[in-house]
Amino acid sequence: MTPRRKRLYALIAIVAGVAASATIALKAFNNNMLYFYDPSQVAAGVAPLHKTFRVGGMVTKGSVLREPGSLEVHFVVTDFQHSVTVSYSGLLPDLFREGQGVIAHGHLKDGLFMADEVLAKHDEKYMPPEVAKSLKPPVASLGAGT
Amino acid sequence: MIPELGEYALILAFVLALAQSVFGLGGAHLQHRSWMEALTPTAMGVWVCMAASFCCITYAFVSHDFSVAYVANNSNLALPLLYRVAAVWGAHEGSLLLWILILASWALAVALCSSTLPAAFRARVLGVLGLIAAGFLSFTIATSSPFLRLIPAALDGADLNPILQDPALAAHPPILYMGYVGTAVAFAFAVAAMLSGQMDAAWARWTRPWTVMAWLFLTIGIALGSWWAYYELGWGGWWFWDPVENASFMPWLTATALIHSLAVTEAKGLFKSWTLLLAIFAFSLSLLGTFLVRSGVLVSVHAFASDPSRGLFILGLLLFFIVGSLVLYAVRASALKTNTGFALVSRESFLLLNNALLVAAAALILTGTLWPLFMDAFNLGKISVGPPYFNLVFLIPTLPLIALLGVGMHAGWTRAMLSSKRNALIGIAGGAALVAAFVALGCYDSAQLLTIVGFTAGFFVIGSSTWFVLHRLLTKQHLTRAAFGMALAHAGVGVLVIGVTGVSAYKVEKDLSLAPGEKAQIADYSFEYMGARPVAGPNYDAIEGRVVIRKHDMLVDELTTQKRTFRAQHQPMTQAGISVGWSRDLFVALGEDLGAGKWSMRIQYKPLVRFIWLGALIMALGGLIAVMDRRYRSVAKGA
Repeated sequence: MTPRRKRLYALIAIVAGVAASATIALKAFNNNMLYFYDPSQVAAGVAPLHKTFRVGGMVTKGSVLREPGSLEVHFVVTDFQHSVTVSYSGLLPDLFREGQGVIAHGHLKDGLFMADEVLAKHDEKYMPPEVAKSLKPPVASLGAGT
Repeated sequence: MIPELGEYALILAFVLALAQSVFGLGGAHLQHRSWMEALTPTAMGVWVCMAASFCCITYAFVSHDFSVAYVANNSNLALPLLYRVAAVWGAHEGSLLLWILILASWALAVALCSSTLPAAFRARVLGVLGLIAAGFLSFTIATSSPFLRLIPAALDGADLNPILQDPALAAHPPILYMGYVGTAVAFAFAVAAMLSGQMDAAWARWTRPWTVMAWLFLTIGIALGSWWAYYELGWGGWWFWDPVENASFMPWLTATALIHSLAVTEAKGLFKSWTLLLAIFAFSLSLLGTFLVRSGVLVSVHAFASDPSRGLFILGLLLFFIVGSLVLYAVRASALKTNTGFALVSRESFLLLNNALLVAAAALILTGTLWPLFMDAFNLGKISVGPPYFNLVFLIPTLPLIALLGVGMHAGWTRAMLSSKRNALIGIAGGAALVAAFVALGCYDSAQLLTIVGFTAGFFVIGSSTWFVLHRLLTKQHLTRAAFGMALAHAGVGVLVIGVTGVSAYKVEKDLSLAPGEKAQIADYSFEYMGARPVAGPNYDAIEGRVVIRKHDMLVDELTTQKRTFRAQHQPMTQAGISVGWSRDLFVALGEDLGAGKWSMRIQYKPLVRFIWLGALIMALGGLIAVMDRRYRSVAKGA
């Protein structure tokens, strides 16, 4: 094999390898891109029905409901215009509280958001940027002041 | 008084750092010997000023000076002494101060051990380091001075964020910063090489130990962060592909590539421009890491309240250093071309593949980390990229990388005679596969293909590294510290791979609702919840749950786990109870009172998880031994 031909084969192998990995990476990327929607968008039907996404907002005061002794919990997330009821089974994060910003990760089922993960942030003063932006102007200043 | 002194010291450090960059870069350009000779005292001056400034803020914390805003925001009368000191770098302003102090320390170390370098070259290196320090000092003074007074002074501080009140996290930022900032030294060497147009084997021999030092600190820093997240965040995960974790991991991957490409540049004078580019990338990604963490642009578990206007300033610094060095690269790198070739099977080509795969992994992680930012900036929707993406795109380059690692170690330069070692390598691979099958089926009773592949790769790398050392000893070849360190670091990779494989394949994680006296069965272990009672800590109150773990009715361990509420901030925090073992960790975290006498409880079985951090430590130790190699010492001492 001449050096020239050898180089050609090496080049083809590299290009094929890069192309294959790029395809797989792109596919993985598309499958794992999680969109964020606020409750208004969910109410308007913008959010997909059979795909996982994230929803975020403030936990409405007095909305956290739990059967005594059960891990199942329901709560309402709002952007002060619309709200979404979230159903979750498991441990809630330490900083989950009514009147605080949260992000839930899951999918819609019969109008209920079935969450498989609920995130609240580490710092009391901290508001997830998406949630801060999604809160509707007149009430947002109230929310930010808490 | 003391805080004002700290502020003056900071300004003085800025002036001296500017002087350092002018003396260095200007002195080398104009051939002013006296300027270049002034560099060591100047670098010393910067360090002394930074140290003084750092002592001032530390004193303010230790003495509870709540008239300083930064202290009032991050400390508290009840905060124990250790955490008052650690609180210095618990938030933005102080951690920036630490960043610059560490940069000044690296610069001082370079100034003190570089007497054998050509004077102009040394001057340029120190000049670039001075410029970086001046840039970050101007940032600190302009936007984030920790010494601002609070009028009127607070009676008591707001306290340090409770999750930061932990020994591992007290040590995590300084060590990680040592690594981050250490890449600045390799960067300065690269820029100096491009400015002077000279880059030879001596250059690479010079740059290597500094790069390895930075790399080993990065390794330990990342491992500490991972360990902390595991036990402190109460989730029991060891890696989340969180943007800020990625921000530290990308410089690590690039620095790893840089170490390997430097090896080729030193031994064969090849890959010169590539090595320069990697040095630029490693530092740029470190700066990007600082930007991502400190600007608050990313949604992240680390995104503590932070300020976007600062982000703009850091972005400016970032663009200045990255664009500046890349332009310099475009103009000057072509002057450093080499024309020697190498055969397809040779250590060079293995190291080339290593570089390609490591950089590919870093690029894919960078894409996943930055893409949400682009989408948001152009109003294309708010997205986040989930861990499955990162797991997959990291696995694709990493699996061949690890397989090649085990073989490539044994390849010689220019044209490798692997045929003489082929049988031994096949034997080691076969043995590794057998051990892997035994561990998977014998110890854990199940095996997916990927699990077997992971274990085999891990054992193969360990076996191959061990054989590398044994072979040299048996054939009475000289085993240098560099070679031994290399083999040890590679064995560490194998240990880490085994840990990652084991915990990914066999972990069991359950969220349960338990009443006192109730038992839960997970893996071979029965967890009995004994009930909860209130306890009090130095600055928190807690509910403490007790869990007794048995295996086949034999007592294994008794764990306590707490839900703490810190008195100053009323912030709750979970303290997990962990039973540590070589083969498995048992992890228990108390949730909340569910009513009806039941508590929610997170119980996890984590096989081989310790091997992850052990592997990282072994890697760092290997790096340390390699740095102590005689040939670097003779460079430093000028023999």
